[in-house]
Amino acid sequence: MTRYLAVRVAQALGVLWAAYTVSFLVLFALPGDPVSALVGGDSSDVTPEQLDAVRAEYGFDRPLPAQYVHRLGQVLTGDLGRSVATGRPVTELLGEAVGPTVQIAAAGLLVALVVGGGLAVGAHATRHRVLAGLLLALPPLGVAVPSFWFGLALVQLFSFTFPLFPAVGQKGPASLVLPALTLALPTGAVVAQVLSASLRRTLREPFVDTAWAKGAGPTRVHLGHVLRNAALPALTMTGLVVGGLLSGAVVTETVFSRAGLGRLTATSVGAQDLPVVQGIVLLAAVVFVAVNLVVDLVHPVLDPRLPTTARRAARVPAPDRPAELLSAAPAGA
Amino acid sequence: MSGQASAPVSPPLLRVVDLAVEYRTRRGPVHAVRGVSLTVEAGQTVALVGESGSGKSTTAHAVVGLLAPAAHVTAGRVELDGRDLLTAPRRELRALRGLRVGFVPQDPTVSLNPVVRVGEQVAEVLRVHGLADRRTARVEAVEALRRAGLPDPEVRAQQYPHELSGGMRQRVLIAIAMVAGPGLLVADEPTSALDVTVQRQILDHLEHVTTETGTGVLLVTHDLGVAADRAQQIVVMSQGVVVEAGTPDEVLGRPRHPYTQALLAAAPSLRTSRAHALRPAPGEAAPADARLADASSADGPPVGSSRTDARPARAASDTATSASVPVLEVRDLVKDFALSRAAGGGTLRAVDGLGFRVLPGQTVALVGESGSGKSTTARLAVRLADPTSGQVLVDGADVTRARGRALREARRRVQVVYQNPYASLNPGWSVEQLVTDPLRVAREGTRRTRRDRAAELLDLVALPASALGRRAAELSGGQRQRVAIARALALEPAAMVLDEPVSALDVSVQAQVLDLLTDLQTRLGVSYLFISHDLAVVRQVAHDVVVMRRGVAVEQGPVERVLTAPEHPYTAELLGAVPGRRALAAAAAASASVGSAP
Repeated sequence: MTRYLAVRVAQALGVLWAAYTVSFLVLFALPGDPVSALVGGDSSDVTPEQLDAVRAEYGFDRPLPAQYVHRLGQVLTGDLGRSVATGRPVTELLGEAVGPTVQIAAAGLLVALVVGGGLAVGAHATRHRVLAGLLLALPPLGVAVPSFWFGLALVQLFSFTFPLFPAVGQKGPASLVLPALTLALPTGAVVAQVLSASLRRTLREPFVDTAWAKGAGPTRVHLGHVLRNAALPALTMTGLVVGGLLSGAVVTETVFSRAGLGRLTATSVGAQDLPVVQGIVLLAAVVFVAVNLVVDLVHPVLDPRLPTTARRAARVPAPDRPAELLSAAPAGA
Repeated sequence: MSGQASAPVSPPLLRVVDLAVEYRTRRGPVHAVRGVSLTVEAGQTVALVGESGSGKSTTAHAVVGLLAPAAHVTAGRVELDGRDLLTAPRRELRALRGLRVGFVPQDPTVSLNPVVRVGEQVAEVLRVHGLADRRTARVEAVEALRRAGLPDPEVRAQQYPHELSGGMRQRVLIAIAMVAGPGLLVADEPTSALDVTVQRQILDHLEHVTTETGTGVLLVTHDLGVAADRAQQIVVMSQGVVVEAGTPDEVLGRPRHPYTQALLAAAPSLRTSRAHALRPAPGEAAPADARLADASSADGPPVGSSRTDARPARAASDTATSASVPVLEVRDLVKDFALSRAAGGGTLRAVDGLGFRVLPGQTVALVGESGSGKSTTARLAVRLADPTSGQVLVDGADVTRARGRALREARRRVQVVYQNPYASLNPGWSVEQLVTDPLRVAREGTRRTRRDRAAELLDLVALPASALGRRAAELSGGQRQRVAIARALALEPAAMVLDEPVSALDVSVQAQVLDLLTDLQTRLGVSYLFISHDLAVVRQVAHDVVVMRRGVAVEQGPVERVLTAPEHPYTAELLGAVPGRRALAAAAAASASVGSAP
């Protein structure tokens, strides 16, 4: 178990390093100069000497490999550099933006899992065929609807027609409702689709018949037996869509004029504020890697067939099912 | 038979009256069960026998109320203790399932919830019906597992299904079905996924448990031998209809319906070496063989006149070897598999010092239960896996370490037919593509000659030429296996490795495919390495047999000797486990009485 964990953490660190390196190459090799963007397109009132001084201050005058090594060293000590646009440390900017985004992302994820999961289970548990068909038609619709349109429609309906929730801002839990719903839509739709497919497969498994034959009721069969087996692919999917939540936050925070990582991303990209953009990329990578690490560690807990240390056993070509031979041998069966 | 007494007679345990079930499909309704009636009395075992598609499983599922969503009961009654289950409200049904009716499903490997400990799964029945609280349910579950014959039930109850063997899992399922003490047990092919010795243990145990408790059993099986050994009543179904019913002696001794007669003739466990009789005995001249071989093989001289000389024509033309050189031979074969640390580390010796020779035109059978190493041996013999030590020889040449061209040539000489024709054929390809694929891979011939060859091959395996354009997905299991055999024959191999070639097929189809294989051997002189768990099948096709257990050949020799006078106790055990002795006795008695009647 510890060995497995160590390997997975090492892999995660490798992914982070790769994310950093790729983002560095892409961002800093881009044409365009953050310093020129900073002082404005028309640099008549700034002398070239002044520009060079600013470049030197940020380290943009040095060759790329030197910049890379220098910045990587800084990152390892927790220093992500300073924003070109505001001059403030990137870590500080990120720290301010993380809070609000985590709020709507967590709320969005919760809504996505509950509504998406509930919809999938409900559609497969109901004996009402039309209802099942209706419920199953919703997830594809949810995937197809653009989230900015959905956000605007929500604002139109629940802020202007029926003033239930504020349209903009971030004061109080009420302001969280509409952004969370907007963010939940694409995520929840994907969760519902994956879980539906998995439930459909699982319901055909003979062990479900065994459960019915025991006299178990629908709640016990669908939640106790089917969902428990069907949840694994949906769990993997959830790990993957967490990354999507962050990109969804860009749209959502823009529509609802909220501060947060999404807004920070949008403004930093617009201003070519490379250190900030790279900080965001790195943060996203950390979140993504951490969530998937957790998902991987939870998997064997949910499915006893995946003992963490025996993964390699699956790669041994099965002769005549050696596992069965072994388990049978000591019992003398 | 309890009949028309004036006093109120207690109703039979289970009475199915005129049951009709149809499946609603896109092509319209399919009548899976039509007017089926049967009765199970308390303490009685009734066997429902038929092939796949006969409606026997559908009938069983209708009794327990577990029909697939597309299936609908259109007529009839299913009465348990006189109460009609088909019209009973859902809640009432739920109260009966598990409590009054126990169900043992077909395939133990997929019928237990993989993420729940087995003890908990047994205890669930008691919990569902409010028969016990959490603590006592756990204790009673262990007790039920013990009664089901599971060794170390306390330990096993804490394990997950994947940690148990197939036989143990079936015992867990029996424990689930029996824990609440049901009056009726419905067992749907409870042992067809299990090894023959395990099959016997399970059936013995089932019989023991149900007699002890006076439970009535509806036993669904495709195997007439099993039915004959276990049931007091046999109901034979074909195409949704009951064609014959009666006691085992009536049904098997004097089958009236032609379908029962056909089923009886085809049942592998009841068949004697009929196919074998088609072949000349060793040393006997076989002029007919030579003529047939001459007609079917274009190149090379006709094969020799006696069976030991009957080498395939190709072998005679390109390798000038003596008649006794085996087509395929393995010597001191050993294969180790590294085990994961979770499984205790070290290595597992799947094959241990195995040696045998497959002579031209002969069949060597490898017999054993799952885990015996027979499939690994097959993989080693065709060099799909590399042995740890030992040798593999094709036409007398060592190919153990052959690579590239030499390996391709060796594989050409030894072709493979796999167990499951549903998985081994690309379902989207046409039969012509499938059959000519080896020729394309070997870059042999032009498109036209390949097509001609495909037609020839189909003719050889008794499929119509019109099948060339059809897709594999449109064919039945037996037809698919014929296509797989045709594909293996495309390159005119000297030997074919047949890995359980008939075990995925229905008994009557099995018989046809076995006859085809015997016929092909006579005509083409091809050798077989025949892998099987089924001694009855082996008896029909093999000349020599190798009995394997845990990687070791415990006994080998001519099939007549090994199967009639086994020297090793394990062989005797395997032979004793084959069902159907009672049926054979009944059939023998019937034929004797027929013989003496006139």
